[in-house]
Amino acid sequence: MDKGSRGLWFGVSLGLFLLVWEAGCRLLAIPPFILPPPSAVILSLWDLREALLGLHLWATLQEVLIGLSISIFFGSLLAFAMNRSQVVERIVYPYIVISQTIPIIALSPVFILWFGYDLSGKIAVTVLFTFFPIVVTTYDGLRATDKEMISLLQTMGANSWQIFTKLQLPASLPAFFSGLKVAATYSVSGATIGEWLGASEGLGYFGRRASGNFQAPALFASVLLLSLLGMLLFWLVGRMEHHFAPQSRILRKRERRK
Amino acid sequence: MSEQIAFSQVSFSYGTKPILDSFDFFVEKGEFVSLIGPSGIGKSTLFQLAAGLLQPGSGDIRIGKEAVEKRLGKIGYMPQRDLLMPWRTVVENAALPLEIQGMAKRDAQQKVRDELPRYGLQDWADAYPGELSGGMRQRVSFLRALLFGSKIMLLDEPFSALDGITRLEMQEWLLQMWQETGSTMIMITHDIDEAILMANRVILLSGVPITQPFELSVPIEYPRTTASRNLAEFLTVREQIWQLLRQAVRDQGQLQGNGGKAYG
Repeated sequence: MDKGSRGLWFGVSLGLFLLVWEAGCRLLAIPPFILPPPSAVILSLWDLREALLGLHLWATLQEVLIGLSISIFFGSLLAFAMNRSQVVERIVYPYIVISQTIPIIALSPVFILWFGYDLSGKIAVTVLFTFFPIVVTTYDGLRATDKEMISLLQTMGANSWQIFTKLQLPASLPAFFSGLKVAATYSVSGATIGEWLGASEGLGYFGRRASGNFQAPALFASVLLLSLLGMLLFWLVGRMEHHFAPQSRILRKRERRK
Repeated sequence: MSEQIAFSQVSFSYGTKPILDSFDFFVEKGEFVSLIGPSGIGKSTLFQLAAGLLQPGSGDIRIGKEAVEKRLGKIGYMPQRDLLMPWRTVVENAALPLEIQGMAKRDAQQKVRDELPRYGLQDWADAYPGELSGGMRQRVSFLRALLFGSKIMLLDEPFSALDGITRLEMQEWLLQMWQETGSTMIMITHDIDEAILMANRVILLSGVPITQPFELSVPIEYPRTTASRNLAEFLTVREQIWQLLRQAVRDQGQLQGNGGKAYG
């Protein structure tokens, strides 16, 4: 199946899904505060466009991008360090795993105490969500480098920096991008939860307030935006992989020929 | 002729498993030597020692006239698997050793491009390894080992992954490359015919640990072709090797109770 027909199938199934949803809401006369029909969600999105797009989306996007950047930078740095030194790996690895077992919601009061209500608290939660997939996949990618290939480069007289830049780094990029794809979608959840813990702006904050006021269409509108944001980030990472991962060079070459 | 590489009284063990014991071995300049022996006896270990990936427990390894401890970067090595980087083109793969030696990328790649016609790869310069046949990949791997600039080449079962016909072609091709470049070549193989066809001398490794190898000269003039396999001298040498190998395998089996671990 080529790309065009994949899009077509998705479009058809999405259209059907929305149609059934809309019809169900109307025929069964479900109150909109329980489940609003898609038309009401779109209408609400339109009515609230200034607040949603101008203020809240922007605030969430800021948290997501800063949090994700911090995770990418320190996550890959830590993965490199763990790959270079077994001591670092032995010390750090368990804590990275433990960090994923912490129920963040349960810790929310402490988090608020530590970071306050401003941006840093949300960024901290986003980092907590996205750090793990990036570190683990990048480290696994580095570790999975062909040992015989390393030996071959050594026989050529390569020093460890050359082995890193010419072999390990390019070889681990696909794994890094897989982790980044997971992290990109997690980052939106992270920022949202961060805002639930305490915030004065952002889509998560907005959604929480809307649900408190039984404004289900507004809640769904914010959730729709969050979901679209996650998909957009996922797609962007896919494009980045296509452009920057050396393994995609073969694909790029085939595309040029077409 | 002078000695190009020599092991003198080299001992080596993997943990408690002895591989080499007071082992002597030399190859003269411009010679082609085949190493053959039962699998698991440590032929690849011998290469890792020669290339400098491992250091002997005792004894020394000389390159030219002097014992050299840092042998990494001094000897060309063509591994069993081609080990081409899938994200690099033919030219970029072959240019790798030159890049590592510090040559500018453009110069390195130009040098590779100049060499490609000799390898029948001029039309594949910008192809990726995934687009090449097994034989072509081995030729790129060989070119990479050669461009490295060393006069000594270690070939570790270079053709074992190829199909029969490609293998015969590659053997003749390698003989030709050897004569053109005048390099010293040492090749590990499992194939008795291949060992004889290529080499001035066939060295038979046996025993655990390996001590004194058997050695057979191949009294056939170069240039040789696939047809050389039918010569009486060829058949005689083959019969001798076969006898020795059978004996070696029997001895090894008695020593180890058939429980020996394979170390390649």
